[in-house]
Amino acid sequence: MLKDITIGQYYRENSIIHRLDPRVKLFGTMVFLVSLFVADNIFGYIIATLALLGVIKLSRVPFKFIVRGLKAIVILLLISVSFNLFTTPGTIIWKFGILKLTYEGIYNAFFMAVRLIYLIIGSSLMTLTTTPNDLTDGLEKALGFLNKIKIPVHEIAMMMSIALRFIPILMEETDKIMKAQRARGADFESGGVLRRAKSMVPILVPLLISAFRRANDLATAMDARCYRGGEGRTKMKPLRYKKGDGIAYLVYVIYLGLIVGANYL
Amino acid sequence: MSIKLENVNYIYEDGTINRFRALKDINLEVNDGEFVGLIGHTGSGKSTLIQHFNGLVKPTEGVVSYNGEDIFGEKYNRKNLRLEVGLVFQYPEHQLFEAEVLQDVAFGPRNQGLSEKEALIKAKEALALVGIGENYYNKSPFELSGGEKRKVAIAGILAMEPKILILDEPTAGLDPKGRDNILELLKRIHGERKITVILVSHSMEDIAKYVDRMIVMNKGSIMYDDSPKKIFRYHKELEEIGLAAPQITYLMQRLKESGYDVDENATTIEEALKGLNINA
Repeated sequence: MLKDITIGQYYRENSIIHRLDPRVKLFGTMVFLVSLFVADNIFGYIIATLALLGVIKLSRVPFKFIVRGLKAIVILLLISVSFNLFTTPGTIIWKFGILKLTYEGIYNAFFMAVRLIYLIIGSSLMTLTTTPNDLTDGLEKALGFLNKIKIPVHEIAMMMSIALRFIPILMEETDKIMKAQRARGADFESGGVLRRAKSMVPILVPLLISAFRRANDLATAMDARCYRGGEGRTKMKPLRYKKGDGIAYLVYVIYLGLIVGANYL
Repeated sequence: MSIKLENVNYIYEDGTINRFRALKDINLEVNDGEFVGLIGHTGSGKSTLIQHFNGLVKPTEGVVSYNGEDIFGEKYNRKNLRLEVGLVFQYPEHQLFEAEVLQDVAFGPRNQGLSEKEALIKAKEALALVGIGENYYNKSPFELSGGEKRKVAIAGILAMEPKILILDEPTAGLDPKGRDNILELLKRIHGERKITVILVSHSMEDIAKYVDRMIVMNKGSIMYDDSPKKIFRYHKELEEIGLAAPQITYLMQRLKESGYDVDENATTIEEALKGLNINA
């Protein structure tokens, strides 16, 4: 169950995509997400699909691994698809009570599903190829200009990287607590909704306590190392653009051009 | 009444680059009433191994059987197995969740299907066994000291009256008195209730003093399976895998080498005293 959550997970590999500057990947993800909403016909989506497949191939992350992240949104996907299918007005194909299946509905539902799936794949591809640390470094640098209007960018980035770092730790902890309670005869699988919800208490209480304990320990450890926020702080590995990064930006421009162009086909 | 493992292999994250073979061809039988010590360096597979004993982890290959029945057979009731094979995890105090000590200890018995009244009786018995008095019953488990929390958590398993009790480093992080308390408790329960106890530990002294049989694990395999006395003769091999014999054994060996007539195989202080061959 817990193993299915791949959002925010990193897949170790040494591909071209992995070596790109995190800012390039952040920007690229944004470009891709925007392109999905710009594209409004089948040609645009073909280009997006080819681009996505190309990046997946280059990243050398197994396809199986990427698709696993989709399991988390299956329900969301089903709901939005069925809403689109049955509530879009247009040429009616099939009717049952208030449910109307229309051509336009099928069309909308299909593109909505593709969009959602690509959104998830696109963003998980970024987290799979970028370590959480690189990611927040990139965010911090890319959004550095916000410092001028008194937004504590460094602190927010730090909070994000801590939050990301804690996801696997808390997942492991949950697994451990579940096992410990199962060893005491707890049953999480049987019974109705209410009973199952109640059976989560022996997991959630210890988990919450352990999260607070860890947060407290971490705060103390940061204090002990004189951490005092971002001002005047230097980096061990400052981000610098390399040749490949420039090429990547060029690819983005071409890609966006193609997507926009496809709309006129 | 025995747990038997045949050709058990366990692989973490099979099929990914993080693939790790935690257990390699484990063959093992633990019989009724034994007091077994399980020892090994960090990451040697001890914790993975004990989770096979009550079916929390399914072996990638091989068979685990309890009383002759395959615990991963189709019709096998693993929930019942877990009620008979009690497993105390590392830092068990992290699993406490109820608002009151007594209620937390009664969680296990309640899951066994006992009535509220019976569950509370079992809980009280278990708390008495670990030396937690009545004045603690209605306290929050989170107000207690580390040692007390540990005792309450262990009571939570004891209240289920397991036939086999497995403990993963129950003394980690406790002071010497808390440690002795817990180990003496185990010895007493082992004697009184005639149950099997499997103790995972890093302390050679504890193992030498309490267990009859010792299993040494190294990199996912069983390296030695014998009485502590016999195994500690291989102290050089033990050192190579990051373990050691008890301090007292080293002392006795040095004395022997220096020409004194002593028993160099003594593993506890009491034995060493006898082995000094002096009439004090």
